[in-house]
Amino acid sequence: MPLLRSINFLHGIKLSSMGLILAFASQVNANVEFEASGKATAELRLFPESPQFSHQYQNANVSLAIEPDLFWQWNDGLDSLSFKSFLRLDQHDDERTHADIRELIWIHQGDDWELRSGIGKVFWGVTEFQHLVDVINQSDSIEDIDGEDKLGQPMINLSLVKDWGIVDLYILPGFREQTFPGKKGRLRSGLVVDTDQAQYEATNDERHTDLAVRWSHSIGDFDIGTHWFRGTNRDPILQAGLKGSETVLIPYYEQMNQFGLDLQATIDSWLWKAETIWRNTDSSTYWAAQAGFEYTFYGIQESNTDLGVLLEYGWDQRGKKATAVFQNDISIGARLALNDTASTEMLAGIIYDLDYESTSFQVEFSRRLGDKWKISLDGRFFSPENDDKLLSSFDKDNHIQIGVERYF
Amino acid sequence: MHLNPKPLSWMLSAIILSSASYALAETAEEKGLAIAQQTKERDQGWSDMQAQMTMVLRNSQGQESVREIRLKSLEQEADGDKSLSIFDKPLDVKGTAFLSFSHPVGADDQWLYLPALKRVKRIASRNKSGPFMGSEFAYEDLTSFEVEKYTYKYLRDEPCGSEQCSVVEQYPVDKYSGYTRRVTWIDQSENRLHKIEFYDRKGSPLKTLTYVDYKQYLGKHWRADIMKMVNHQTRKDTDLIWSEYRFKEGLKNADFNKNSLKRAR
Repeated sequence: MPLLRSINFLHGIKLSSMGLILAFASQVNANVEFEASGKATAELRLFPESPQFSHQYQNANVSLAIEPDLFWQWNDGLDSLSFKSFLRLDQHDDERTHADIRELIWIHQGDDWELRSGIGKVFWGVTEFQHLVDVINQSDSIEDIDGEDKLGQPMINLSLVKDWGIVDLYILPGFREQTFPGKKGRLRSGLVVDTDQAQYEATNDERHTDLAVRWSHSIGDFDIGTHWFRGTNRDPILQAGLKGSETVLIPYYEQMNQFGLDLQATIDSWLWKAETIWRNTDSSTYWAAQAGFEYTFYGIQESNTDLGVLLEYGWDQRGKKATAVFQNDISIGARLALNDTASTEMLAGIIYDLDYESTSFQVEFSRRLGDKWKISLDGRFFSPENDDKLLSSFDKDNHIQIGVERYF
Repeated sequence: MHLNPKPLSWMLSAIILSSASYALAETAEEKGLAIAQQTKERDQGWSDMQAQMTMVLRNSQGQESVREIRLKSLEQEADGDKSLSIFDKPLDVKGTAFLSFSHPVGADDQWLYLPALKRVKRIASRNKSGPFMGSEFAYEDLTSFEVEKYTYKYLRDEPCGSEQCSVVEQYPVDKYSGYTRRVTWIDQSENRLHKIEFYDRKGSPLKTLTYVDYKQYLGKHWRADIMKMVNHQTRKDTDLIWSEYRFKEGLKNADFNKNSLKRAR
């Protein structure tokens, strides 16, 4: 019933702000512009090896997703409402069959300010392999293991544009739990995470209101951002517990204070990037950082092809005790763009763990077919070493993924 | 002694005359620069501009593919223009937006907004010679014309359609340009570009751009409805069709920052 649960959640929390938005919408003049678009995706995952844990599905999984995007604009574009929903149906994993409101947000634009109210998504940061400073939205980690997919976050965000930069103030009423694969899913830990038993440090559980502030600015070749966040830690601590007679993992969400800094220098063909956070919770206080560069060779061999090479290093003060993947890891990547009519692209990345000597390798290929279709082929390979608990649960989960996207 | 002023005054007027004729005989480089400066000056004062761009890409077999982009730009007093491009087609890049602060000398500042990730990415502007969205237009073909971006050499006058054109060679200053030179045809009545021939890094003919159907806006600013780019080496071509030109609608600097980039759609 994960599908129903997410809808109930959104229903409960967001009814008030939906009412607010509708009230505003009803006041608008007749001059409303409306636009509908979106995409549908079909995905096939193939696992050559039999699963490591019992109940996991065998070798193939089919999944369908749809993301309609509705947009209204009025008041000469000074007001807009964006409604982006998401639904995935998964052949085997009941948890991966899920729905979300990615966005339901009213944006009002003033002279040098902007107010964004509703459910939204915010991205902070500059690095590619890990997004340390990006803490506003919860990961929809059942979608993919790369942490790029996010759940919609209820928010009121006032954005002030000043000569000395942009200041964003956030009130975040309500918290979204991280999603995890179900019993039948691949790419999961040995013990299943039971999200139904999630526990919180905050006495009002997932209804805690979080606060954040961010300043960002561009000064010449430099783009800089700094933030402070106070509220529910998006990364849970997973504790062993019981579901009936079965041992499961139960997420525990602490309260945290986080200070962070992100910086990019864009010089010629070089992008120098760094992100760092200081995080304070009941159980630990630590620094972590991700830093590196991207260099692009443009028009290699007198062709239109660009080749970008990336190198990043991730560090976490907690070392091997860290629940984070990037505690002492080097990441190397390559990005090949043919710059042709079909936008053919290829990405490859290797993450090497200096503590455990584990390696994971990922390759992604994509191109457009005609004007409305896009195809992709991804491959992921894991070789855990030396008691690397995080990666060893993916030991049998090497897979390729074929994706077809239709835009409308 | 008898001082005869006559030869002296004759000598003076001879000097004046010769220097005058020297001034008239400006070098080909000076004349080319003067035409470029005049072209820039005659179009100044457009303040802000919005337009719709449709690109029709054709490969050598004649297969077509379409790009649609909305463009906003803001004229700057002592700097290059600011511009915001919003992509509508192809649909997989719908909502992607591109913010650029161009500078006459040195690298431009550029940011790309990726709507799926809600991510604003500062990107390197070094890639001037790369193709714009897979078309035959390079990024540098679409940036605002600034006098300082080239050195010049006037070649000749010749008829271009019903007009008389000055033919001027332009040499890019930027070492990352994909061209060794551009030969431009500029009409003498209104300083409108009629044609540009591009020569690649080896000096071979690469592309020809032709401007079709000029219209005048606000009684001053001439804009072509269609720009046709033909690549002679790949036999591909791209038509860039402009429509819905709007000028002086009061766009401000605030319409060209990271917030407006995220809002663009």
